[in-house]
Amino acid sequence: MVLKPLGYEDGLTGVFAALADPTRRAILTQLKHGDATVAELAAPFSMSQPAVSKHLKVLENAGLISRSQRATARLSHLEAEPLRTAVGWLMDYRAYWAESFDRLDDLLDDLKGES
Amino acid sequence: MKVIAEPGVPQVVIIREFRAPRELLFRAYTEPDLVKRWLGPAELELVVNQLDPQHGGRWRWTQYDSDGKGYVFHGLYHGEPTPERIVQTYEFDHAPGTVYLNLITFDEADGVTTLTQNTVFFAVEDRDLYVAGGMERGIRASMQQLDDLVTQLAKESNS
Repeated sequence: MVLKPLGYEDGLTGVFAALADPTRRAILTQLKHGDATVAELAAPFSMSQPAVSKHLKVLENAGLISRSQRATARLSHLEAEPLRTAVGWLMDYRAYWAESFDRLDDLLDDLKGES
Repeated sequence: MKVIAEPGVPQVVIIREFRAPRELLFRAYTEPDLVKRWLGPAELELVVNQLDPQHGGRWRWTQYDSDGKGYVFHGLYHGEPTPERIVQTYEFDHAPGTVYLNLITFDEADGVTTLTQNTVFFAVEDRDLYVAGGMERGIRASMQQLDDLVTQLAKESNS
């Protein structure tokens, strides 16, 4: 397969590292329903707010969320683009093999016809 | 086809079923004339330079893009390749020392063969780099489509 560094794989690595943690995936899922404060995000977990803040920092560094100030609370917001890139990566890898294996299906039919 | 790529794990597993006996799949994987008929997307021309399916045997192939630029991959077979399993290492000749390991198994039941391709990399970074190549191909294909569209539009406006 054609292999060449493109410059954005560092970003992608950060995205996958951030997604590797189940708590962080749960936080992202929660943010799909709308922006939330640290206290709101900490509620479903038996975890302190500073511990949740640490996870939010990782997600923010990976570009998966952005944070803004509302009155006295910081709001977290889900950023869809890096997730789409991560999915796109998988799609293309999938496309490479899906296409190869479709061609292999045709070849196997030919070989079955011969025998 | 199922693709399993867990975040943070340097591995990709692909599972695919074929309505054919595994002996035929084994031939498709180990006979040069057959390999070039299916491996890789149709727009890349595959030339099999070497293929010696035995323990310690070497394989080497080149994929040419539409500009005629060649990308060479090579590696070794580890253990005797059989219609049950093939173990081989892979290396892109522009990235010597970055090796990945492929375990391909063929499980046949009731005329259906389930192929499992388990690819293991040194690090998640290596996996992402490998797959980034696929993204480049996707971008190139899109650029080609754009080029075709522009050419087509130019023709239409001339007529």
